[in-house]
Amino acid sequence: MIWRIARSREVTLAAVLIAVAAFASVRAPNFLTADNLVLVTAFAAIIAIAAVGEALVILTKNIDLSVESTIGLVAFVVATVLKQHDMPVPAAWALGIGLGLVLGMANGVIVTIFKVPSIVATLGTLSVYRGLDFYVANGHEVNLVDLPAGYSDPAHQTLLGFQFGGIGFSGIPIFVILAILVVAAVGMALRYTVIGRQFYAVGSNAEAAAVIGVRSRLTVFLAFSLCGMLAGIAGVLWGIYFGTLYASSASGLSLQVIAAVVVGGVSIAGGSGTVIGAAIGALFLGLINNELPLLKVPQEWLTLVYGAVILVAISTDALIQVRSQRAKARSRVR
Amino acid sequence: MTNDQMGVNKPADASAASAAAEAPMPAGGGSRNMANSARAILSGVARWEVLLVIILAVVVWWGTRISPNYIQPDFWNSLNFGASVSGTMEVAIMALAMTPIIIMGDIDLSVESMVGLSGAVLGTLFVAGIPLQLGIPIVLVVGALGGLFNGLLVTRWGLPALVVTLGTLALFRGLCNVVLGTSYVSNFPSNFTAFGFGYVPGTDVPWTLLTFLVLAAVFCAVMHYTWIGRQIFSVGKNKDAARYSGVRVARVRTAMFVVSGMVAAFAGVILALRYNSVRADNGTNLTLVVVTIAVLGGVDINGGKGTIPGVIIAVFTLAALQSALRLAGVSSEYQNVAIGLLLIFSVITPQLARQLRVLVDRIRQSRRRPARDPVPGEVVR
Repeated sequence: MIWRIARSREVTLAAVLIAVAAFASVRAPNFLTADNLVLVTAFAAIIAIAAVGEALVILTKNIDLSVESTIGLVAFVVATVLKQHDMPVPAAWALGIGLGLVLGMANGVIVTIFKVPSIVATLGTLSVYRGLDFYVANGHEVNLVDLPAGYSDPAHQTLLGFQFGGIGFSGIPIFVILAILVVAAVGMALRYTVIGRQFYAVGSNAEAAAVIGVRSRLTVFLAFSLCGMLAGIAGVLWGIYFGTLYASSASGLSLQVIAAVVVGGVSIAGGSGTVIGAAIGALFLGLINNELPLLKVPQEWLTLVYGAVILVAISTDALIQVRSQRAKARSRVR
Repeated sequence: MTNDQMGVNKPADASAASAAAEAPMPAGGGSRNMANSARAILSGVARWEVLLVIILAVVVWWGTRISPNYIQPDFWNSLNFGASVSGTMEVAIMALAMTPIIIMGDIDLSVESMVGLSGAVLGTLFVAGIPLQLGIPIVLVVGALGGLFNGLLVTRWGLPALVVTLGTLALFRGLCNVVLGTSYVSNFPSNFTAFGFGYVPGTDVPWTLLTFLVLAAVFCAVMHYTWIGRQIFSVGKNKDAARYSGVRVARVRTAMFVVSGMVAAFAGVILALRYNSVRADNGTNLTLVVVTIAVLGGVDINGGKGTIPGVIIAVFTLAALQSALRLAGVSSEYQNVAIGLLLIFSVITPQLARQLRVLVDRIRQSRRRPARDPVPGEVVR
């Protein structure tokens, strides 16, 4: 039992994460300051929410390359309606999340009804959605001063903080609480509901799933829709976090989101992995993102480290699999 | 473009094959030969490549409507079709190398970063005083090594090509950043940059276009007329069957990744010479265009199907569309939208055609339904 827990990706990744954080806090005293921790975890929370959606899609053996454009478009549209139309803030957020859902559903329709392979479909919508973003922006940008006063504050606020005698705890950032809620809700649904199990069934063997009565196309459509909606939430948070938005905001982010999912142990071949893993993967990448500058590693190395992390993560997976298969084969011979 | 020209791909194109099967038999009297040739012609017409040529013709016609300069008088200069073609050559040659990879069911997302890396290495060597005559071969070796790295991870460790090349997409770009930093290299010798944007002496043909055509001929010959091509298609259709019939699957797949890496490095050299500058962000976002060209050219993203002539026509279609849009005053961001829509459309159309055909088949079948009910378990088509 203990061996099984130790072998699970989530636990090993969390252990590596803590080790890296410990190393950073020793080498760079700035790392453990409350401000920095809020900064790191709040951004990681945005990626984590998007990664949960991406994990749903990858579980069904598909992929969504268009999340970065959805995030960018939603962030810009929300900021634009706040700037130009004096819409109440919650309504603008709801609009943004709804827009994300619609974009995700469009992906789902192209993949399930028109039967376009997801990598091609979302490669197409990656540039189509980005084009919409440029259309909405029309060469302009939105600055923090254009938005309601204190719009960016939630990104830095924390909850559950306390001060007790000499011990202080600055609390958990709001974004992180939100991410935890999302991960918990989606994770529970995947584990304990029929629809949740169907995601795994479709991903591991679509034909077998169809035989036992799983409506696989509906499941895939649901995955893309949820992915779009979660990307919409991530887009809203992105707008709050940065305050200043361009038509090209969040470009290149899909790589980071998919990397988080893969590093978190979700198999790209579908059918295995958890959303908790994906979220921990996002936190891990966010930590690296923040630590390298603190450790005085030049910014140029960041992409290199990202690539190395992805390759190391998938390679260890492969090695473990080969090992366990060999062990099984050996025990069978006996 | 008849099936015979496609060589090994003959059975690969299921839509053409089923179209041939549907071709109405000549009503009595027609000899068997005539029926066969009618089928061949019909299946030729039903090919995706033919549809693509029609799209190309429509786009060119539209281009000439927007501006009379579109193809005349100054064909290879200014903002016209010709300039667009010569500006697309880097992605065009990468699409050639991507084709066998996708046909085998793999994908190489890292090509755009290899373009950046090869430019960075070339520029750094040039600054260090190494002449381009020596620098270019070194860069090609770098590309081959990068491709070998991809190929070995995919075949030796059995990792999915999508994730491996996603990783090396970041890894190669990272190496490129590390090598070059924020600096840039410029002022390559003019006899080399002439290769980037000059013309073959005495003609109006850009060097880059000539390079593409030569490479295209080589790829076409190898893919459709040699045992290497046959092995590639057999791997794409069924890896196990290919292995049992003696194809060294891992070796073929690795070799194609090496080719892709080398070609991407070469594309990086062309890009560096054409811009006469090397920066760390050279080539970003090119993978989208490369994959678009391949898929638009009729290469099945799931593997097993595709032709080099299709990819060649797709190159020209895309270039024609880009320059027509540019003449119509559409900015580059919206051009990307057009490319994205074209990509989705190019997959949806054959899909819809196939579904329509199934529907027609079903209606036809229901008309000549057998008198008796089907026996349980009997397959009614």
